[in-house]
Amino acid sequence: MSHKGHRSKAGRRRAHAPVFAALGDETRLSLVATLCRGNPYSISQLTEGSKLTRQAITKHLRVLEGAGIVRCVRAGRESRFELDPAPIEEIKEHLALVSRQWDQALGRLKSFVEK
Amino acid sequence: MNDSIEKRIELKAPISRVWRALTDYREFGEWFRVKLEGPFVPGQISRGQITHPGYEHVKWDAIVQKMEPERLFSFTWHPYSVDPKQDYSKEPPTLVEFRLEKIAGGTLLLLTESGFDKIPSGRRAEAFRMNDGGWTQQMSNIETYVAQRP
Repeated sequence: MSHKGHRSKAGRRRAHAPVFAALGDETRLSLVATLCRGNPYSISQLTEGSKLTRQAITKHLRVLEGAGIVRCVRAGRESRFELDPAPIEEIKEHLALVSRQWDQALGRLKSFVEK
Repeated sequence: MNDSIEKRIELKAPISRVWRALTDYREFGEWFRVKLEGPFVPGQISRGQITHPGYEHVKWDAIVQKMEPERLFSFTWHPYSVDPKQDYSKEPPTLVEFRLEKIAGGTLLLLTESGFDKIPSGRRAEAFRMNDGGWTQQMSNIETYVAQRP
């Protein structure tokens, strides 16, 4: 087992399940896709071109915010939302870590049964 | 990115030998590096202490699911719960399956670990619904997006 999984700074480490769960919805995923373009978006901008109401979009943004994927920044009286890519990176790293550890364990199993 | 991990490895040993290495708790402990309290029994909790150098503080806690001789051994657990400060009990368990097949000169072992996308039951009430079947595609989408933002 390597220490690589501990790379994330103390206190920044989050549970992975809520991140997976928050991303498991088409509306939220498309919001993430839009926010991936880089700049913060207002709720009005995110509601434009969507069949959903402002209230529904806001609800989805709050779910993403709760999982730490999106953060709310104030611009005057307006709330804007921007992406925090860290949680998505963390679940990727987590899967890569588990995968590497299985490689090592299976390598030991191989030596064990073939000796 | 996928929501499961799959490995296949060919072992130059008879299937009976591999089965024993997987399901005898002492043998399993040798290569997996865990000191288990007792034998694996389907439906029962398996407890122990990791012996891997540097990880001796980590507890092994799994529930044995299936033991179909020389075919399938499976358990659920919280994968590599190495950080003692983190409460892994809130994370959904994943399912680990070892499948064995006889091949010329030995045994083919297929390992799958799945369920990384499961939602803790408490969260279902909050309408955290998953799309059926769309997850793998979604994750590869996300991966593409993230890759564009190094």
